[in-house]
Amino acid sequence: MHPAFSVIFLTTLLGVGQGLFLALYGAEVASVLQWLPAQDARFYAWGSLIALAFLGIGLGASFFHLGRPERAWRSATMWRTSWLSREVIVLPAFMATVLAYGALHLLGGRGTLVVGAAGVALCFALFVCTGMIYACIKFLQEWASLWTIVNFTLLGCASGYTLAAAYAFVAAPDLATVYAGTAIVLTFVALCTRTASLMRNARIRPRSTLQTAIGIKHPRIAQKAQGFMGGSFNTREFFHGKPESVVRAVKWSFLVLVFPVPMALLAAGGVWGVPALVGLAFAAQYAGLIAERWFFFAQARHPQNLYYQAMS
Amino acid sequence: MTQLALVIDLNVCVGCHACVTSCKEWNTSGQAGTLVDERPYDRDPTGTFFNRVQTFEVGEFPNTQTVHFPKSCLHCEDPPCVPVCPTGASFKRESDGLVLVDYDKCIGCKYCAWACPYGVRELDENRKVMGKCTMCVDRIDNPALPEADRKPACVMACPTNARLYGDIHDPESVVSRAIRENGGYQLMPEWGTQPANHYLPRRKTELRIHEDELTRVDNPLKIDGLLPKPPVKDPSLDDVTSW
Repeated sequence: MHPAFSVIFLTTLLGVGQGLFLALYGAEVASVLQWLPAQDARFYAWGSLIALAFLGIGLGASFFHLGRPERAWRSATMWRTSWLSREVIVLPAFMATVLAYGALHLLGGRGTLVVGAAGVALCFALFVCTGMIYACIKFLQEWASLWTIVNFTLLGCASGYTLAAAYAFVAAPDLATVYAGTAIVLTFVALCTRTASLMRNARIRPRSTLQTAIGIKHPRIAQKAQGFMGGSFNTREFFHGKPESVVRAVKWSFLVLVFPVPMALLAAGGVWGVPALVGLAFAAQYAGLIAERWFFFAQARHPQNLYYQAMS
Repeated sequence: MTQLALVIDLNVCVGCHACVTSCKEWNTSGQAGTLVDERPYDRDPTGTFFNRVQTFEVGEFPNTQTVHFPKSCLHCEDPPCVPVCPTGASFKRESDGLVLVDYDKCIGCKYCAWACPYGVRELDENRKVMGKCTMCVDRIDNPALPEADRKPACVMACPTNARLYGDIHDPESVVSRAIRENGGYQLMPEWGTQPANHYLPRRKTELRIHEDELTRVDNPLKIDGLLPKPPVKDPSLDDVTSW
């Protein structure tokens, strides 16, 4: 598939916002249980605002994917069948809940735990919707697995907690090491699951072949013409168009940038108490996530490509 | 239940692209506006087509077959592109089983194109909405056209009659017969999409001549083994009496 940057930014930015919200609410619950020190209401309010900003920019990025963005409101109608439609409903609902959560903290209202719990439910629903958009297309075999949802969730949580650690170093230093530690654990778990999905995808045998695509039982079939001499939507949308070396380089760069680099920076920043290192950890991890999502798209081999193997 | 479909006979398709050009001609002239055609006579041309003819070489020299393979929307009976559409712009019409796009509802998110394993949906760069074969709904349902012309433009254009059109749920339709009698098959059956369009495979063309086709059994000249010989006095009718 051709990696579209609008969707890359959408999925990665949503993940950061969702993870950051989970970090905020987790800290509040832990403080009620007296496992962690209680924080100022402003910590939650500003944190919610940052999460909201990530979600909002992600939502904005998604509009660049649409041919007719002015009709985007229509996309909430088919929630009975379409995961994309479900995401379109859950995302604004989650954003409204995050806004309410932050506002309640800022205005000193009661019931933040209840609103936050609703936010957590919507947050995980959003992870499932975003993942299922890709996982439900069964013939994109690289995507059609539970790993897609698991990785979207864990990578979102990991990057959100890394951002939370950077934020806490500025706003709530007594939470910083807890957040950094959690971020390291989440990043490590995400490394395990992402590696598992890479191993699964490396072993995939495509179910569709040129033989089933044109229905001719012969081991040797070669395309001689695809019907046109120039490009078309089919040749642009479903091919990443980069040499194999670039794809491999992107894979290794995300494996380095998303996992070991932020883990090392988080550990160093946490131990020595250097906020800049934790900020750098988030920057590195987010840059890595863009590469990760690019690779996620580029790796998926669409069966329609079987029909476009040779120009003429 | 009606399920309109095309049956494409790979045995007689000669790869002339007449179906491609007539499809483009009809669908670029309709109410929905033109289909994009950028730089048609320049370098790197691009455009939206609902129908393509591709060419494959099967086998190894000298034992090869050139197969021309027309490809358009297969109007699946279980279309994977329809349930993913977030707006309901993509739908399967109850009355005749066509998979259609409501251009006024489409937001151009391309998700349906991702969800089609056959690559028959194309986003039009000018309209910014998804386009695909409509089986020429504006022809087949058009009372202003003579009955004989209420067929898809590609079917009308095919010079070798490689494209048959009809209802595959009617067992006596021309398409059902063709599928049944000539081994019609579906593309990528592994995904369970049940395409309505079928393809007829290459078949060995054999000349089958029966004895009675060479010698006319009921030839009146040979009934008695004798030539009819009227009396000499009878009027002569040169057209009738042949000696």
